[in-house]
Amino acid sequence: MDLLTRPWPWYVAGPIIGLAVPLVYLYAGRKWGISSTFRDVCAATLPRDLDYFRYSWRAQGGWRLTMALGLIFGGFVAGVTRSTDVAVSEATRADLTALGITDFTGLVPAELFAWSALGTVPGIVLIVGGGFLVGFGTRYANGCTSGHAISGLSALRVTSFVAVLGFFAGGLIATHLLLPVLLGGGS
Amino acid sequence: MATGTAQSAATQSSLATRPERLWPYAVIGIVLGIVFTRSEVVSWFRIQEMFRFQSFHMYGIIGSAVAVGAVGVWLIKRFEIRSVTNHPMRIPTDRFEVPGYQYWLGGTAFGLGWGLLGACPGPIYVLIGNGVTVMFVAFLSALVGVWTYGAMRHRLPHS
Repeated sequence: MDLLTRPWPWYVAGPIIGLAVPLVYLYAGRKWGISSTFRDVCAATLPRDLDYFRYSWRAQGGWRLTMALGLIFGGFVAGVTRSTDVAVSEATRADLTALGITDFTGLVPAELFAWSALGTVPGIVLIVGGGFLVGFGTRYANGCTSGHAISGLSALRVTSFVAVLGFFAGGLIATHLLLPVLLGGGS
Repeated sequence: MATGTAQSAATQSSLATRPERLWPYAVIGIVLGIVFTRSEVVSWFRIQEMFRFQSFHMYGIIGSAVAVGAVGVWLIKRFEIRSVTNHPMRIPTDRFEVPGYQYWLGGTAFGLGWGLLGACPGPIYVLIGNGVTVMFVAFLSALVGVWTYGAMRHRLPHS
């Protein structure tokens, strides 16, 4: 069947993702979001000397930590049965090739997202720097793509709209200003 | 509004909350993990394509997800539907709150990370499951970012 090998179209994936918002409300009245799990993990593991991490992470975060474990397992299930290249547009392929990326076989460029890449400047900036900013930014803005772009916009919140504008401003700067400098345009 | 009040009167008779189980969240997570992978939203290539405006794919996914979510939230509010476990609906009520600095600055910081890493928090988990194990380093780094926010948040501009 097509759905087993081809990428799922947006009009299949988007509505299923969007359903998570009412489903999580309908089950126990909770606002769907994923990035707070990072805070939960900090609260569960670090010494509690900061007030930001002094809360009952089990009661407030147990549900989303369980969902995160589900995400890992779902990724595993889907990953072992996925076989084709990412069906990214020719224009993107050309742009990224010009930046020196040659391997388009995985979900991520193998030359940048591998353990060996952690010994290179681009690898460190993308993985360690990118991860840090994702964590810091979600907590500062109090939400990520799920909590603001999907849950927040679903509730028609002005603050979420502003946060999403910020997400795009940052993403455009990273894509059009930082990546060309980092990857240098040539392998 | 007659239906709304009738509904809430009917459900209020069973005010006792039922225990919230964790397995429904595991199911939601697994389904989303599969959808995130199969629709390729976890792909760094797709995020690049989005920020280069070279395909409708990601915009279609986010747009249709918001449309479905908004209709769901509207229905829940319109008919005052209660949760099946009788826990209160915590739908944000601050719709017109004036956005403070944290949304601009925090949002932009997150966006910079999203553009570099090519993954937001959900996809970080999904990619680890997909076998992109180096994403565990991104996860640890995100925890450091969260801790840094927790440590310096009183010195950061908010609203």
